[in-house]
Amino acid sequence: MEVTGGWYMALGAVLFTIGAAGLLLRRNALVMFMSIELMLNAVNLSFVAAGNELGVLDGQLAVLFVMVVAAAEVTVGLAIIVTVFRRRATASVDELSGMGG
Amino acid sequence: MTEVAVFAVFAVAAVAGAVTLVVARNPVHSAVGLLVTMFSVAVFYVLNGAHFVAVVQVLIYAGAVMTLFLFVIMLIGVDTSEPREERIPFQRPIVLVLGAVLLALVLVAGRAVWVIRGGHSGTAVGTIEEVSARLFGTWMLPFLSTMLLLTIAAVGTVALARYAGRPRSVEFGDDDRKDGDDDRKDGDDDRNTVGEDAVGEHAVDEEAEG
Repeated sequence: MEVTGGWYMALGAVLFTIGAAGLLLRRNALVMFMSIELMLNAVNLSFVAAGNELGVLDGQLAVLFVMVVAAAEVTVGLAIIVTVFRRRATASVDELSGMGG
Repeated sequence: MTEVAVFAVFAVAAVAGAVTLVVARNPVHSAVGLLVTMFSVAVFYVLNGAHFVAVVQVLIYAGAVMTLFLFVIMLIGVDTSEPREERIPFQRPIVLVLGAVLLALVLVAGRAVWVIRGGHSGTAVGTIEEVSARLFGTWMLPFLSTMLLLTIAAVGTVALARYAGRPRSVEFGDDDRKDGDDDRKDGDDDRNTVGEDAVGEHAVDEEAEG
């Protein structure tokens, strides 16, 4: 038995689904953020597996760019969370209904 | 055979870490779960010949990003008092059903399009030379764009830290805002019932498609 690219992609699908469920289930902004990171990691795993199966490097390059965007997103997102916490003293997204959401 | 064993062990670790991330009440436990998943994914990168990406995964994700997360968790306090009551009725069952439907759809649809060439071709080993030659060749323009993106992110973070959340919150006054919140909560209830119906219909639609 051999581990083919499909196995990695199936695992990526499972991880992505868990991340999506966590994003919908949790109300803590930090945990929701970490769920997004999990989804990004699952997609990265699929990229690498597909690139390896096809014998090209571009999948890995795409992963590098996803990582850069994720790093930028994390810095700005965490800054927003800290700013909101300084104003409202909560990390729960249910409390943040100021825009009628 | 070794690869199967390594894959099995780290797949279990990755899924366990992901589940821990979702179900743990303490955000620190969630962060540790995500860390386990990220290390496992780095192992999968190595198995797929992406050595440089694996190094970057450990350095940047497991190192920098998770340190930042833990730092913020410590900064704003470990808040385990997540509200129990649900604003959207039946949110958790709906999420579980939608998650199962999503997983089934991805797996069923994936079987049709996933590359199924047997065995590893082994021509794409992501050493630093290979990756950098490709990065500074074909992918030069996207690489330079990330420079712009990172600059904007850094400036935005500094601006948020300096100018947002400062004394202006005093001007609005807390009393006014509390009144406004109550009104909005009343409105929320109506809207949530509508939203729940919409979600229910969506689930039915997806099941029909699947």
